[in-house]
Amino acid sequence: MFPRTARTVLGLTSVAVLAGACSLSGGDSGGSAGSDQQNPTVTLVTHDSFAAPQDVLDAFQRQSGITLKIVKSGDAGALTNKLVLTKGNPVGDVAYGVDNTFASRALGEDVFQPYTSPEADRGPQRYSVDPEHRLSAVDVGDVCVNVDTGYFASKGIPAPASYDDLADPKYKDLMVAESPATASPGLAFLLGTVAKYGESGWPDYWNRLKANGLKIDSGWEEAYTKDFSGSSGKGPRPIVVSYASSPAAELGQDGKPRTKALLDTCFRQVEYAGVLTGGKQQPQAQKVVDFLLSQQFQATVAANMYVYPARTGVELPAGWATAAPLPSAPGTMAADKIQAGREKWIGTWRSLMGA
Amino acid sequence: MALAHGGVRPARTAGLTLLGLLPVAFLVVFFAWPVVAIVGRGFSAGGVDTVLGDPQTWRLTGFTLASAAASTVVAVVAGLPVAFLLARVRLPGVGLARTIVLVPFVLPTVVVGLAFRALWPDGGVLPLVLANAFFNVAVVARTVSGLWAHLDPRATEAARALGASPWRAFRTVTLPALAPAVASAAAVVFLFCATSFGVVLILGGGNFRTLETEIYLRTVDLLDLSGAAALSLLQFAAVVAALALGAVARRRRENAVRLRSAQVTARCPQGGQWYVVGAAVAVLGLLLIPIFALLVESVSTADGWSFAGYRALSGTGANGALQVTGWVAAQNSLAAATDATLLAMAIGVIASVVLVALRRSPGRLAHGMGETMDAALMLPLGVSAVTVGFGYLVTLDALPGDLRTSPMLVPLAQALVIIPLVVRMILPVLRAIDERLRQAAATLGASPARVWREIDLPLAARSLVAAAGFGFVVALGEFGATSFLARPDAPTLPVAVATLIGRPGELNNQMAYAGCALLMLVTVVAVVLIDRFGSVGEF
Repeated sequence: MFPRTARTVLGLTSVAVLAGACSLSGGDSGGSAGSDQQNPTVTLVTHDSFAAPQDVLDAFQRQSGITLKIVKSGDAGALTNKLVLTKGNPVGDVAYGVDNTFASRALGEDVFQPYTSPEADRGPQRYSVDPEHRLSAVDVGDVCVNVDTGYFASKGIPAPASYDDLADPKYKDLMVAESPATASPGLAFLLGTVAKYGESGWPDYWNRLKANGLKIDSGWEEAYTKDFSGSSGKGPRPIVVSYASSPAAELGQDGKPRTKALLDTCFRQVEYAGVLTGGKQQPQAQKVVDFLLSQQFQATVAANMYVYPARTGVELPAGWATAAPLPSAPGTMAADKIQAGREKWIGTWRSLMGA
Repeated sequence: MALAHGGVRPARTAGLTLLGLLPVAFLVVFFAWPVVAIVGRGFSAGGVDTVLGDPQTWRLTGFTLASAAASTVVAVVAGLPVAFLLARVRLPGVGLARTIVLVPFVLPTVVVGLAFRALWPDGGVLPLVLANAFFNVAVVARTVSGLWAHLDPRATEAARALGASPWRAFRTVTLPALAPAVASAAAVVFLFCATSFGVVLILGGGNFRTLETEIYLRTVDLLDLSGAAALSLLQFAAVVAALALGAVARRRRENAVRLRSAQVTARCPQGGQWYVVGAAVAVLGLLLIPIFALLVESVSTADGWSFAGYRALSGTGANGALQVTGWVAAQNSLAAATDATLLAMAIGVIASVVLVALRRSPGRLAHGMGETMDAALMLPLGVSAVTVGFGYLVTLDALPGDLRTSPMLVPLAQALVIIPLVVRMILPVLRAIDERLRQAAATLGASPARVWREIDLPLAARSLVAAAGFGFVVALGEFGATSFLARPDAPTLPVAVATLIGRPGELNNQMAYAGCALLMLVTVVAVVLIDRFGSVGEF
């Protein structure tokens, strides 16, 4: 009765079966590319924020003969945990993006091999977390409170400048921050307050923030693009927890930034790279670490990832000196202290804030 | 394809079992094994009982179930009038409605979360429930209308001729016939809502937590695998209970109904039916509010209206936020969704055919096998994407070629999500086919394959195309598993949008919303093409 339709659909179904099988076998053959020693493939595992100009990656490939395969894998925390889970048989040869809030976990689990890059003495060693040099610092970024300068100018009140100012009733109901349990800038801000007020003093500071009408969002996106007044969303609150580099992206038509970072409220995040234990391309993986610390790559990190190069003497994009200066004395904390306290502090924070 | 019917022979049962092994093998390798491996690690670490004994855990469970149930009710109530419109009404614009209702499904959760935040700045339970329902009206409308379009209207007409009011005729004749499709859709929606992640995070503001967000936090941020294992176990129990309830509801109601061509059943609405059409139009209007809000966002800047976001799609965003251009991301989406749909259709159709045959086979064993397989096929919707993703990391290196970093992982994971939808859309139609038609054909000497070709396929053709189209659209918008899985630098459009919205700067923000508009456009084009293709050869 309906032979034509029947044949068409039957045909389509068998095509589907075949195509499914083809795609699957295609995936099988993909994995063996790394064994080619003439033109080895090195897999770089990194976080979702990784970004680099293709021509710089291509240039590295031409110079070194190494084909770089990039695998993005969640944020710094997710990346670290994936590396820990797969430490017997890693998904790549080299990893980039484990930061100082998670470095101790990775080091404790022996995820990385010792390797001292010849490029490391050009600045990155300032941020060393490990005497064996299993991790090399690639970039530095600071989480700082940002303010909408236009809002304060129009109200005729000075913008806040310090942690204590944020708890001042003058700035009641004006601030939004991220939850340290769900967002990495939120965690960095919490760590900054622990560094500033100490193990016994920080809960009291947060009580003052809460009493002053602090709003908590679960992620940076809601806080910055919906609640903050200085970005595209034109939200109701002129104070937000973001990054020292964020103002560089908020330029008005006159080319001047509409926001500014409060340099006395910063906490430093350092991102590291290292050769993975058990990777199949150890010598080539070391070359990739050298590349990440090289002048060529370091010159790209500011414009592409909104972070500062770990190397010294690397030129920053125009405007960064005024719009996004690196704080001279940010809050810091040893990686092992963060590892020891992180979960306890988040737990205390949750019960404190009722979140 | 071996199709068993009354008086099945042992050889045929063997063939059926063999065919059934294919979907089962797929589920075992790409779902059960990874999940068991990762949950097993948590168990061996100990401490599971501590988490289960924590009253906080049970509050989480209660809130998860209650909010998912509320969203399901809203989605069903809103979806039924739309299903009526799509299935029974012949008016200009119905084709457009069929397309509009699918658009919410592909939007990235982070973007919809932000759109709802614009309406309810402080979040809360209400926007959370509504946002989850917003995504899922399409599931109800599409699943139910697939069956409704083929219901023989003469049964209702007979009831009306015997003096039943339109409402009574609907309640006593139409609704029981639709019950299997409604129950199927409700089960799928419930599973989607119970495991929704981004919406809960954004609209719950951290104050409302669910099993899914807690599993995610414990796995990804804390690496507390034993805590995650305990919560996964609870989630699993809840999902199995929901599936069992759905199965009971389906079985009580399921019976063969007369199926007719959709061309015959659609007509101009009369009398009280206009109220239903009005309700459907109202639902579509509400669905359009967040959609329009996104379009407005894509062209508004601090300095006035601008199409800069759309122009930026041909680039990689301000300061190279993306590795590829917006257009390339769109192509990646199309390619991955195509692979996933082909895979899911192959496995879903085979599974549906086997399920129907098992049900028609005599004997409790066959029935039991059918019920078990039916439920097992739904499980991927109810298990956390993060559990499956972390499970892949610890298992898939054992397969040849180390699939963990293969680009095939994205279509595989997407197929896992859409196979249950495909099965749920095809199965009610296949099951509703009158067994006597098939027996008559067999009596006249038709082989099982011929019975399938001459009877089942033509009646199910539209549902097959609809399922493929729906699956394709879901794969296009799939974000949870796609964003989570380790994959090379080939972002899909939803992943690119999420990346852009996570960067400061007005241009990136506008480009993210323009990316959503592009995603909607691709969806609309795909749906229109598929719907047209689907009706070309039909009847």
